[in-house]
Amino acid sequence: MEPPKIAETLKGEFADDVIAVKEFRAQTGVTLKKDNILQIARRLHDAPEFKFDLLKDLCGVDYKKIKNPRFEVVYNLYSITHRHSLRLNVQVSDKESIQSVVSVWKTADWHERECFDMYGIVFDGHPDLRRILMPEDWDGYPMRKDYPTAGPEDDPGAEWGGFREVLKKAEDFKKFGWYK
Amino acid sequence: MDETKELKTKEMVLNMGPQHPSTHGVLRLRLEVSGETIVKCTPFVGYLHRGTEKLAEGMTYLQSIPLMDRLDYISSMTNDVGYCIAVERLFDIDPPLRAKYIRTMVSEMSRISSHLLWLATHALDIGAMTVFLYAFRERERLLELFEMLCGARLTVTYPRIGGVRNDVSQEFIDTLYQFTEEFPSKIEEYETLINVNRIWLKRTVGVGIISAEEAINYGLSGAALRGSGVDYDIRKHFPYDAYDLVRFEVPIGKNGDVYDRYLCRMEELRQSNSIVKQCIEALPTGPIMSSDSPKYTLPPKDKVLNNMESLIHHFTLITKGPMTAPQGEVYVATEVPKGELGFYIISDGTGKPYRMRIRSPSFIHVAALPRLCEGGFIADVVANIGSIDVVLGECDR
Repeated sequence: MEPPKIAETLKGEFADDVIAVKEFRAQTGVTLKKDNILQIARRLHDAPEFKFDLLKDLCGVDYKKIKNPRFEVVYNLYSITHRHSLRLNVQVSDKESIQSVVSVWKTADWHERECFDMYGIVFDGHPDLRRILMPEDWDGYPMRKDYPTAGPEDDPGAEWGGFREVLKKAEDFKKFGWYK
Repeated sequence: MDETKELKTKEMVLNMGPQHPSTHGVLRLRLEVSGETIVKCTPFVGYLHRGTEKLAEGMTYLQSIPLMDRLDYISSMTNDVGYCIAVERLFDIDPPLRAKYIRTMVSEMSRISSHLLWLATHALDIGAMTVFLYAFRERERLLELFEMLCGARLTVTYPRIGGVRNDVSQEFIDTLYQFTEEFPSKIEEYETLINVNRIWLKRTVGVGIISAEEAINYGLSGAALRGSGVDYDIRKHFPYDAYDLVRFEVPIGKNGDVYDRYLCRMEELRQSNSIVKQCIEALPTGPIMSSDSPKYTLPPKDKVLNNMESLIHHFTLITKGPMTAPQGEVYVATEVPKGELGFYIISDGTGKPYRMRIRSPSFIHVAALPRLCEGGFIADVVANIGSIDVVLGECDR
């Protein structure tokens, strides 16, 4: 089935959830509300005419000051059987959680953990939601747009908090040093 | 009854890595074992996390190419090509035919060199030392060819958006052709060493079996997926560059065990070799950089060195990026030696990507490792890590 037609069918079945259908460079993206994402994912995966068996990618996007709600969770789907693809952009606001799709695609497990690690988006029903790439005790969510690449924005010369802490710790440990 | 009760073993926790030589980098596995059997396996990643995605948000499209080298440092060429193709799709650039052929050729060279390294280390992990020496002999020749092509052996930064950096020399073509003539006999050499080796078969056949449906559900790609009998190769499903102009077969396994994945990769070596040969034979003449969209592609190097406007153009394009860019989002995947490498780029119309997401195959393959290892023996963990072919630089990004 052609991707625009799938988007059309999806719009017919979940009229309340579909916000917009976008088309760019022959790729179709469907913007959705987050409430029924698990049902929609289940339907896309199971229905013989869609059969999106492969979740290629799941990632978060931060649209701070550009869009409201702030976050988007993006699902890139592909059907190996029918050879068609579709993208779902699901809107999630700050301090809101979204349903996990691990029960549909097992590969979502680590993707959702990474999304939580980088953006702080909480996935309900995830079997083991904890940080994956960053250390367990890390403060903040690095991929958010308000998280600086180097130092706070108002003071570019200063180090970020984590590094300051390490420096302070090193200073504290100096009292155990035997050398002068 | 009482005797068997006494013989019961206690479950214990075994920590493997991050400095274990068989984990191919810095992968840490927490294994809960009952005797020799693995009850639970928990991978820990992130030791090599450099924040490539975050860094790319602050760089222009051209500046990001060297970052892509450092993802999968075993085959940096395919990463660069994948990235350039994704950006070309975003900007709607069509590179000239010669550039397409060259990129296909060097990608396949990279695939061969990556598979050789995989074969060498995988065999070494399982206990076949000799293959390591043989495979590195041929890999060295390919790395020397890369050096001849662009001056670097590993981090090549050779492709550019809209083409490639420089043209190939006749000497390069001749040496490469010589290599492709000799390489099939070398593959046979490796195969005589291990294909029917009794120890090899005992260690690989029936180990780490995963069914086709499960492999898809876990998101596996590349030879790890094709070993389970799924016909999914991006070079065939979404042909890019010159892959629709060359003939090649996609090897597919049956049982989905370590041995089938091994067989798939060995056959891929032959197919890649044949693609390189076809590319040399069909290499058309013409430009190597697209000239249709000067807004996004670099001017030719001889003009940059002799023409003021071209120099300014080159400078601003690298440091500031294009003045305007199309607004939109694309997901473009390419077939790298490890599997499917996808780039999801969101452009907000400025010279830098608003969001660049890298879908790395190794990340997903490590996630599937517990499924392959649990219920097996400790010794099979090493065979499984080798068979899914992971590079932690790409996994952690």
